[in-house]
Amino acid sequence: MINTLVRGTFTAREKSFRQVTDEIARPTYSKTAKWWFAGMTLATLMLLFGLWAIYKTITVGLGTWGLNNSVGWGWDIVNFVWWIGIGHAGTAFTIFLIVFRARWAAVFNRTAEAMTVLAVSCAGLFPALHLGRIWLIFFILPYPNTRGPLWVNFNSPLFWDVLAITTYLTLSITLWYFGMIPDLATLRDRSTSKIKKALYGFFSMGWVGSVKNWVRYEAMMKVLGGLAAPLVISVHSIVALDFAISVIPGWHTTILPPYFFIGAIFSGFAMVLTLTIIIRKLYNLQDYITIPHLESITRVLIFGSLVIGLAYVTELFVAWYSGWEFEMFTFLKNRATGEYSSAFWIMVFCNAIAPQAFWFKRVRTSITWMVIISIIINIGMWYERFIIVISSLTHTFLPATWTSFTPTVVDIGIYVGTFGIFFTGMLLFLRYIPSIAMNETKAFSKKSDH
Amino acid sequence: MEKKYWQSLQAYQNKSTKSLFEKQPEKEFTIDGLDDSEVKGNSSRRDFLKSLGFSVGAVALVSSCQMPVRKAIPFLNKPEEITPGVANYYASTFYDGHDYCSILVKNREGRPIKIEGNELSKLTYGGTNARTQASVLNLYDDARLKNPMKNGQESDWDTVDSEIMGKLNAFSDIQGSFAIVTGTLISPSTKRLIADFIEANPKTEWVSYDAVSYHAIRKAHQQTVNKPVIPFYRFDKADVIVSFGADFLGNWLLPVTFTKQFTGRRKLDNGHNSMNKLMVIESNLSLTGSNADERIAIKPSEESSLLLALYNKIAALTGNEQFDGPEVSIDLSQMAEQLVNASGKSLVVCGTNSLQNQLIVNSINRILNNYGRTLEMSRTINLNQGSDEKMLSLIDRMNNGEINMLMCWNTNPVYDLPQSDRFVEGLKRVDTVISFADRMDETASQSTYVCPDHNYLESWDDAEPLTGVYSITQPAIHNIFNTRQAQDSLLRWMDSDLDWRDYLESVWEEHIFPNQSFWQGFRPFWNQCKHDGVFELEPNPEDETITFNQVRLTATPSATENGFELSVYEKVAIGTGKHSNNPWLMELPDPVTKATWDNYLTISPSDAQSLGLQQEDVVKFADELELPVLIQAGQAKGTLGIALGFGHSGAGPVANGIGVNAFRLMRFDEGHKLTTRPGVTLEKTGRSYPLALTQVKHTMEGRDVVKETSLAAFLQNPASGNEDQKYKEKHATTLYPEAKYDGFHWGLAIDLNSCTGCGNCVVSCQAENNVSVVGKDEVRRNRIMHWIRIDRYYSEDPDNPKVFNQPVMCQHCDNAPCENVCPVAATNHSSEGLNQMAYNRCIGTKYCMNNCPYRVRRFNWFSYINNPKFNFNKNSDLGKMVLNPDVTVRERGVVEKCSFCVQRIQEKKLTAKKENRKLEDLEIKTACMQSCPGDALVFGNMNDPESKVSLLMKSERRYRLVEELHTLPSVSYLTKVRNTSEA
Repeated sequence: MINTLVRGTFTAREKSFRQVTDEIARPTYSKTAKWWFAGMTLATLMLLFGLWAIYKTITVGLGTWGLNNSVGWGWDIVNFVWWIGIGHAGTAFTIFLIVFRARWAAVFNRTAEAMTVLAVSCAGLFPALHLGRIWLIFFILPYPNTRGPLWVNFNSPLFWDVLAITTYLTLSITLWYFGMIPDLATLRDRSTSKIKKALYGFFSMGWVGSVKNWVRYEAMMKVLGGLAAPLVISVHSIVALDFAISVIPGWHTTILPPYFFIGAIFSGFAMVLTLTIIIRKLYNLQDYITIPHLESITRVLIFGSLVIGLAYVTELFVAWYSGWEFEMFTFLKNRATGEYSSAFWIMVFCNAIAPQAFWFKRVRTSITWMVIISIIINIGMWYERFIIVISSLTHTFLPATWTSFTPTVVDIGIYVGTFGIFFTGMLLFLRYIPSIAMNETKAFSKKSDH
Repeated sequence: MEKKYWQSLQAYQNKSTKSLFEKQPEKEFTIDGLDDSEVKGNSSRRDFLKSLGFSVGAVALVSSCQMPVRKAIPFLNKPEEITPGVANYYASTFYDGHDYCSILVKNREGRPIKIEGNELSKLTYGGTNARTQASVLNLYDDARLKNPMKNGQESDWDTVDSEIMGKLNAFSDIQGSFAIVTGTLISPSTKRLIADFIEANPKTEWVSYDAVSYHAIRKAHQQTVNKPVIPFYRFDKADVIVSFGADFLGNWLLPVTFTKQFTGRRKLDNGHNSMNKLMVIESNLSLTGSNADERIAIKPSEESSLLLALYNKIAALTGNEQFDGPEVSIDLSQMAEQLVNASGKSLVVCGTNSLQNQLIVNSINRILNNYGRTLEMSRTINLNQGSDEKMLSLIDRMNNGEINMLMCWNTNPVYDLPQSDRFVEGLKRVDTVISFADRMDETASQSTYVCPDHNYLESWDDAEPLTGVYSITQPAIHNIFNTRQAQDSLLRWMDSDLDWRDYLESVWEEHIFPNQSFWQGFRPFWNQCKHDGVFELEPNPEDETITFNQVRLTATPSATENGFELSVYEKVAIGTGKHSNNPWLMELPDPVTKATWDNYLTISPSDAQSLGLQQEDVVKFADELELPVLIQAGQAKGTLGIALGFGHSGAGPVANGIGVNAFRLMRFDEGHKLTTRPGVTLEKTGRSYPLALTQVKHTMEGRDVVKETSLAAFLQNPASGNEDQKYKEKHATTLYPEAKYDGFHWGLAIDLNSCTGCGNCVVSCQAENNVSVVGKDEVRRNRIMHWIRIDRYYSEDPDNPKVFNQPVMCQHCDNAPCENVCPVAATNHSSEGLNQMAYNRCIGTKYCMNNCPYRVRRFNWFSYINNPKFNFNKNSDLGKMVLNPDVTVRERGVVEKCSFCVQRIQEKKLTAKKENRKLEDLEIKTACMQSCPGDALVFGNMNDPESKVSLLMKSERRYRLVEELHTLPSVSYLTKVRNTSEA
């Protein structure tokens, strides 16, 4: 057993329950910080840019994007998969916490869950917007209709996607919200303003902190955690099936579901790392989110990076081993040495090589390095999705149909807009909800020895 | 006590003293906030007026927000032959002064919507070319004139007629004369009319000239056989064909006829095991050159010495007189040998308008004994009769002020004369200029009067493209605008009371009917001619004999000037630029370069490299002209190519301002219009200009997309080049049971040996299926909407590559990858093997497009209808007339693709059912198949073992695209076989 702070004392310094509440919930009752307004302004501007792009997309048509006859999915699906991946962290943390009782996860759980809800919402926007006729989006739902035997196509991975993502989003919201109830009750009790009291009171659902409350709560969280565990695996695997089910070289590979899953955990954890480092700095939560906590994430990242690297090598090997000219072209020529080689090697460097720096304790415990590498990973994971989606589509079977893809300002706008959604949501969350689960912190920071 | 009668138990119990009927009933309706009067309905007159006012106001408001009502007026008295929903076909003729094609016009609800080839024609046999296919859209061109014009202002016929007639009458009193300038007229009746007009107005002269001249061929024949004719070339009778720059599959004389003849000899099904051999010697890679078995790239100035060298070789082999000529670097002895071995069954043609070269060609064909065999002299080609010399002298006289009145008919000299500046100078000295142009083209805008001619689909006319081969043009629609057929105008100005239709009929009655003996009465003869659209007289075999005068042959040594030799060529779509304002033609990818919408300079890869030029770099050349370069494989080193038909200023919004007018680069040499220009230097400008190419990858990357073999290898093993097909078919399997089709199972076989890549099918499909035009920017973004495309690949040496053409449309896979990925089942499989699209169901996920291995699915990125951003025919009420009512116009956001012309399948199936008979083989013809001049596509029922398509599917040459995916396409290809000796 490694004797770390995580496994020993939970917080860096010993804290009383009152201190925990005071320090963690400070943003909810103190004056709003200046940086918050600055951040909110920027996020709103991004959101407005996104709204403009969405308006253009819906009123003018998908022609405003950079897609073409050969490339039917571009940045929309790249960003969709990227966001979905990021959205994996929250649920993963919750499972670590609730199912495995991994204590270190408790400090990340709440923020990661918020991130999940927002990231999945951002992700969900893309498949909706990428429809040619978004006004008929309900066709994709299997509802009883008057069109005779016309039903959705249960064979289509895109339909599985719809089910997977909506289920996942519902469950993430539920998990996030139920986990907050004791904390909301605490805030309700401490609130002085009538509005806040009413709102926190409403959302805390009459929580009184009785034993009965706690027993039911724990049981409920266990059940939800248990439900979430398979979903974390299923949602990204199903997204991977969108590609794996197709016949296009570069998509048609059985490795994609596990590869996507681990990639999602990887990118999600990297994003959590970036965000919590920022939050801990801004809200002075260094005592709660300690270096050993952060170090735990870097260990997961090393693992993820190794698996991802293995997946890259496996893909290249299988392409060569298949002996199939189209597959060999896509992986060995187009990606590794051809038109997309720069993107490919950026991806390999960012995801498989750069995180290996975490093997060194000095890197693992340096905030600066952690921020740099976690951002590198998220860039790398974006490139990975770019490589998978776009390099496969531009160069398929018939060379006469080969083409390239260039994003337009609207493509960029929607991507920036999702950051707008994400950051406005995050900032509201940080302002009104304690970013660390106070109840869990209190539970763990008791000087008990288990 | 009184007996108590009770009505109810309550009454009996005395609970209520009042009877039930006396009790005040409760209010049946109570509505809060309304008083009694309103509930009970006894509203006052005031209330009535109030609500009346409100409802009238509301109705007025709501109805004024609605779309305007468009009325469709049914026939009050239905004409017998017109049934709404059923198409009528009228035989007619497309002739625009340059192209000839016998056609059927498909009419729906009184408007022509599609051109089909006329299968009764012995010239075109149901084939068309892209320009013919697209011509129906010219009818619905918004740029057409709606009224006669006088000095650039709209006028009316009475004014114009009286003024012109006044001037004609005054003519006898003044000095000077009247000239009629026309393109080549092949109408016997019109020629008679002009003769009559000249008789009525004796000071009149008639000059005809062609934008692209074939004058030298006629002159050479004048010298060698004493007749100024163009023989009828019979490529179908030739085993060995040598073409010196004659693009006979694309533009030269009768491309549709020649394609039929040429491809007819390249079919290797049904046990045919021989084919013709085509050798092409040219500088620009032409459509013909890309179909050659052997091709030599030369500079234009090397042509005459090579021709003479070839002549001398053949003369040496056959023991004929030889002539001195310059040294040549290319050894033509093999070619000479092959030609001599095929004496009487060979053909040498030359596309250069040079008397010297044409004389050599005539001599070669003479010593090869080809006259009377592969060159018919009893029936000669009447196209391109224009005389360069006459036109030149007319311009001189115009400038001398000798011409008082000029009439331009079916010609646009301001645009297409090389020295149009001098012509424009001359025009200023002509008092009255009359143009019959259908739009304010370059000449019309300098004319005093414009008397807009009908579109050919509104006209009566006849044509004699070949001596003794007649065809008729008849109107398929009443004139849409206030236009008048030019012939009617002439008749009117002659003060004749005949109208043109009667005149035409009388010419046929008097001059054509007596030449035949089959029909007894004129009426049935005339009706039959109108019905068939064509009529043919037996050629006189005596005319075949010729006396050949061997003249002294000379050749000029190749140019030693520095700089490039530039040659001007015609694009398969645009031609001479007559129909440049047609968006279908503008967007048709050039069969060779795959470029749309633009004019560019083609340059060979090695020259581009040595000059450091990149694709799309703009260069300055020949007197300050600027164009981007397009690096063209197969372009001869040291040469440049530029297409005609661009640089318009008066053709209409689609064509104006695109590219430069290459007619200016032509020059006259000894009275002949030459298409080449030596000593052209290029100067980089440092700018680049985007070109819209539909294909950017030109090699097959070692994939067997187009399978090929040589004739020698084919004769040894019919499956050569296709050996792996059986293996792939056997080893690509699925776990699922194979789909079964009980009735029909539609399939299409494409013979790559017959496909020349001309692009006719692309336009035909576009017209049939309402395919949108998307414009240059969108093509550049690779969003062209064509349902059928022709992939063109190169192999071997980039400076002289082998070319492969492959039409690709939806392959209608029986195991279609697109179908199982659509989440809403908008694309699915029919019980007849069609992969179908339910547009109404499509929500536009584009998953099907991604998963299509053939990339044939098209997405409506924008609304292409009623959208000013796409200001083509679908944005105009007039242009929309061309839409086929049987095919849905697709909305923004849905995916579309080839349907195998399901509307045609359905129509013929219903016809057969109504007639209670079985559907015959080849009865259903898809749009691409119907008009294919090469008969490369065969559609039919694969379940019928006797059908033609089934027979082709059994061929050893048959393969399917990317067979190992086990998509089981219903489209099959037959290996391309080149007639080369090496295996």
